Amino acid sequence: MFTVISILFTGVFIGYITRRFPFWAKINRPITYTIYLLLFLLGISVGHNPQIMDNLGTLGLQAFLLAAAGTLGSLCFAWLVYRLFFQRKKGAEE
Amino acid sequence: MKGSLIIVGCFLLGALLGWLDLLPAWLVQGDVSMYVLYALMLQVGIGIGSDAKLGQILRSIRPRLLLVPLATITGTLLFSALISFVIERWSLAECLAVGSGFAYYSLSSILISQLKEPTLGVQMASELGTVALMANIFREMFTLLGAPLFVRCFGRLAPICAGGATTMDTTLPVITRYAGNDLVFISILHGILVDFSVPFLVSFFCQL
Repeated sequence: MFTVISILFTGVFIGYITRRFPFWAKINRPITYTIYLLLFLLGISVGHNPQIMDNLGTLGLQAFLLAAAGTLGSLCFAWLVYRLFFQRKKGAEE
Repeated sequence: MKGSLIIVGCFLLGALLGWLDLLPAWLVQGDVSMYVLYALMLQVGIGIGSDAKLGQILRSIRPRLLLVPLATITGTLLFSALISFVIERWSLAECLAVGSGFAYYSLSSILISQLKEPTLGVQMASELGTVALMANIFREMFTLLGAPLFVRCFGRLAPICAGGATTMDTTLPVITRYAGNDLVFISILHGILVDFSVPFLVSFFCQL
């Protein structure tokens, strides 16, 4: 756990001190390929796992509930921030 | 869109090969994915640190603009916490970890399945990773499909907050289309900040 976070911060540090190296501008390409590889590996462990394959419906329902809750929560707070801080300012300008 | 299809395709191909049981044991059970994850986190970190726009963005931020990503994060975490009482299978922290993906499904699902493995075991960690993958794909789909409705019911910032970490790329076109072109800067800034928060928040909630 700490390993992941410290590797992340090490990366931020290395990236920052070497930020003038032009090849970092293309870092998104290897990131994309690494993500493809990792999702392929996650797919393997899911496909190899009969308990997950048999429960895809249940897991999908849980995923749907979590996605709906997260989206609705953001929408409510978006409405609040818009009403309190953005709409009023717009009204003042007009 | 093409990128999302490739990502889902990689996952499905892996699932098919794993299901057919054609692969060598070291690939199925080994620590390969953990080391690949380390490599990924190093690259993500370098990407954040070396981003020339980072300093520029940090300097140009006015406090009012920070309220938008703050609304996204607060709203998502609060409602994910509430729904965790309905979902008996997963704990509060696990639901918060899934919510912290903010539609960044590729990174969040990988992080969760790896980081939860020591405490939950391979079985449940892969299950939670799959839930995270699906939940965060759903969230992106909700934003792409629901943007016009969200603007009408919750105001112009709504599709930005709903889109989470994707508002500087995949959901940017629908946001500017339905919420207005003047929000393009807020949308990009929001996407970048929420995107950066994903690895930190997901690892934090996996640790609890």
